[in-house]
Amino acid sequence: MINYLYPLYEIVRNYDRCIACRVCERQCANEVHEYICDADKVVCDDSKCVNCHRCVALCPTRALKIVKSGNTYRENANWSCKTIDEIYKQAGSGGVLLSGMGNPEKYPVYFDKILLNASQVTNPPIDPLREPMETKVSLGAKPKAVERDENGRIINNLPPQIKLSMPLMFSAMSYGSISYNAHESLARAACELGILYNTGEGGLHEDFYQYGNNTIVQVASGRFGVHTGYLNASAAIEIKMGQGAKPGIGGHLPGTKIVGDIAKTRMIPEGSDAISPAPHHDIYSIEDLRQLVYSLKEATGYKKPVIVKIAAVHNITAIASGIARSGADMIAIDGFRGGTGAAPTRIRDNVGIPIELALAGVDKRLRDEGIRDNVSIVVGGSIRSSSDVVKAVALGADSVYIASAALIAMGCHLCRNCHGGKCNWGIATQIPELVKRLNPDLGYKRLVNLLTAWEHEIKEMMGLMGINSIESLKGNRLMLRGVGLSDRELEILGIKYAGS
Amino acid sequence: MLREGEVRIPSGCAVSGIFDRTGGRMSGENIIKSIEVMHDRSNGLGGGFAAYGIYPEYKDFYAFHIFYDSAEAKRDCEDFLERHFDIINLSKIPVRRMKEITDEPKIWRYFVAPLPTRLAQSQLDEREFVVKCVFRVNTQIKGAYVFSSGKNMGVFKAVGFPEDVGRFYRLEEYAGYCFTAHGRYPTNTPGWWGGAHPFALLDYSVVHNGEISSYDANRRAIEMHGYKCTLQTDTEVITYIIDYLNRKQGLSFKETAAVIAAPFWQTIEKMPAEQKETHEYLRTMFASQLITGPFSILVGFEGGLMALNDRLKLRSMVVAEKGDLTYISSEESAIRIIEPSLDNVWSPAGGQVVQLTMNNEQ
Repeated sequence: MINYLYPLYEIVRNYDRCIACRVCERQCANEVHEYICDADKVVCDDSKCVNCHRCVALCPTRALKIVKSGNTYRENANWSCKTIDEIYKQAGSGGVLLSGMGNPEKYPVYFDKILLNASQVTNPPIDPLREPMETKVSLGAKPKAVERDENGRIINNLPPQIKLSMPLMFSAMSYGSISYNAHESLARAACELGILYNTGEGGLHEDFYQYGNNTIVQVASGRFGVHTGYLNASAAIEIKMGQGAKPGIGGHLPGTKIVGDIAKTRMIPEGSDAISPAPHHDIYSIEDLRQLVYSLKEATGYKKPVIVKIAAVHNITAIASGIARSGADMIAIDGFRGGTGAAPTRIRDNVGIPIELALAGVDKRLRDEGIRDNVSIVVGGSIRSSSDVVKAVALGADSVYIASAALIAMGCHLCRNCHGGKCNWGIATQIPELVKRLNPDLGYKRLVNLLTAWEHEIKEMMGLMGINSIESLKGNRLMLRGVGLSDRELEILGIKYAGS
Repeated sequence: MLREGEVRIPSGCAVSGIFDRTGGRMSGENIIKSIEVMHDRSNGLGGGFAAYGIYPEYKDFYAFHIFYDSAEAKRDCEDFLERHFDIINLSKIPVRRMKEITDEPKIWRYFVAPLPTRLAQSQLDEREFVVKCVFRVNTQIKGAYVFSSGKNMGVFKAVGFPEDVGRFYRLEEYAGYCFTAHGRYPTNTPGWWGGAHPFALLDYSVVHNGEISSYDANRRAIEMHGYKCTLQTDTEVITYIIDYLNRKQGLSFKETAAVIAAPFWQTIEKMPAEQKETHEYLRTMFASQLITGPFSILVGFEGGLMALNDRLKLRSMVVAEKGDLTYISSEESAIRIIEPSLDNVWSPAGGQVVQLTMNNEQ
């Protein structure tokens, strides 16, 4: 049957370079490449290609590259090629369009319209190679007042805190949506870096309990893999109310991925679909959330901070204000650019708001209400670089979450076909031959390298602003200036225009 | 041109202070001489003094020093004061006309005590009540600005070089046990007297040299606790932080210093267990009150004086002693000019608090 679709990308093979070694053929789980014995040459079927670059990266003679096919329909300012193709797909299948990773559409990226300050003359920049430069943060609620014992000594009345070597954590990606080796890489990197990673909603594999002090365990609407031992193995517990890529809907891990240890870890039968409901069915309102927060605290002896993760939606400031009074220790906000293993395309691309605006609004609202110290704020979706981290902290975040950047460090090429389950990089797949392509010894090292580099850059940026401790950057919006923004945008971000 | 408070103006500066630990009173002559030596550290756009122990006859009353832009402002402010306070005495602050000091506002002084009924109604403690009233005047009564509100102390400040400001206010006619002084080098033309330093709230007064890089983090954090930063200056926010930590949270000055110029984590790591726990607590609990970037500050308070440098010591500060007197200044020359033979002279390290109290009381 004709499917009306012409491939978006075209594989260009330079036959002068190709030695027909068939590496590309073996590496492609999508079966794009095929060796034709008679002709002693490798040919390819562009229509199966997801543009993941596995073959390009592994070709020993650099005989391959992938380019835009350039095929186009008659130009139309209203009907883009993409829109037309999507209609063909739905007309052919009758199904909901699915996508992986974050919203790729052309919405403003506010981080790219914010610039940082530097010290000149009136105060000195600080050289991080010569002076201590502190990036350590402590996340959690802060009490209202100091208490002392009868001898006047300060009593440590701080609720449980998370201590991080830098304001950065790996955000939730479940075991199931990503592979065992990807999880191991994240866990070991978190330990070595002195930060935390997050189990996502798929439970915690028994092999990874050893990394518990660097683990956030998630409790999501499906409650997969949640038990007392799981909760107590952690450094913190996260209640997942929503996700930036798909606010307001649940998750669906198909039964084909619920195999072996994944089924065991999720505590569900092999082959059954793991369906997370859209809401938590014990939380239909804010007062219910408070009960779950305290249930989890009771279950863990008030020793673990509780994070409530929400997607950045229109009413985010009011929701955050409610959460700050719910007993939660932290609010994690996931922006509309946040990644996902699979989401309906229309939802991923059209629901939610930018994290920069959500963060600025929430930080201000909690300060206006005098409850900012009740909670720490963690933001993700999407933090792409060390300068995004610095800008997020200056807007008011206590820490950021990164996930897409971590996956890219491990080899992800953002082909956005995670939902296909055939990740050639061994990340978003459960096919054993593919999973073993990600060597955790190398994967973890690449994550450590990435964040070590970011930490250096963060310190350099702090130093040039004359700041030698990350606390003094938090909410320090005078260090930011906007370019190409309207007055209204500047007002919401709480920053001035460059030059003023 | 925007007025101070409508725009943030960084400043370079000179500071100086003299403290008599026996409580003996000296005239304001010497502090003027001291700050005058550092003339080139100011640029004629602001100078001022804080003097402690100068109103012994009214020591139980809050001394409000107020600038008025107009007669209406004065009338509105006095109406407000009468509704909230018992006014024991009021007068113009005596000044000496001189060509170096121009455009002066009306400068008045009131000795007041909160009206007991009003105080009871407010459900606040007395000092908090006074703070709230000062903020009310400064933010809501146009053209009125309370720039000094402590007991038995007073702030005297103006636009001009500090030595001229001292002579303008006839500081040599006052006698106190502690004086601090400030010469300002703003990188802008503020042109408003309220923007000069010291900045004061109750009996806390701060003179500061530096430009802190943590300003907006500190400002936004402290405003959550009911303070309003109307001047956008470092000195203002530092004063509020000290008031918050010392008065509201009950931290000692030593603990306060351990918050605003906190030891580095690597230093805390090496401390004995108990001390380590305290410092970890203070840094975690009051992370937003950490001040980074260059500063040297002198904090005057009832019966004492505290000096502190930022933790990297990015601004100069020298301490010297002679008999019962302690001198602290941006430059040693400013001490030598008034006391050439000193018992000892030293420079405190970054983050090292120097706390002087009457008869060394803690």
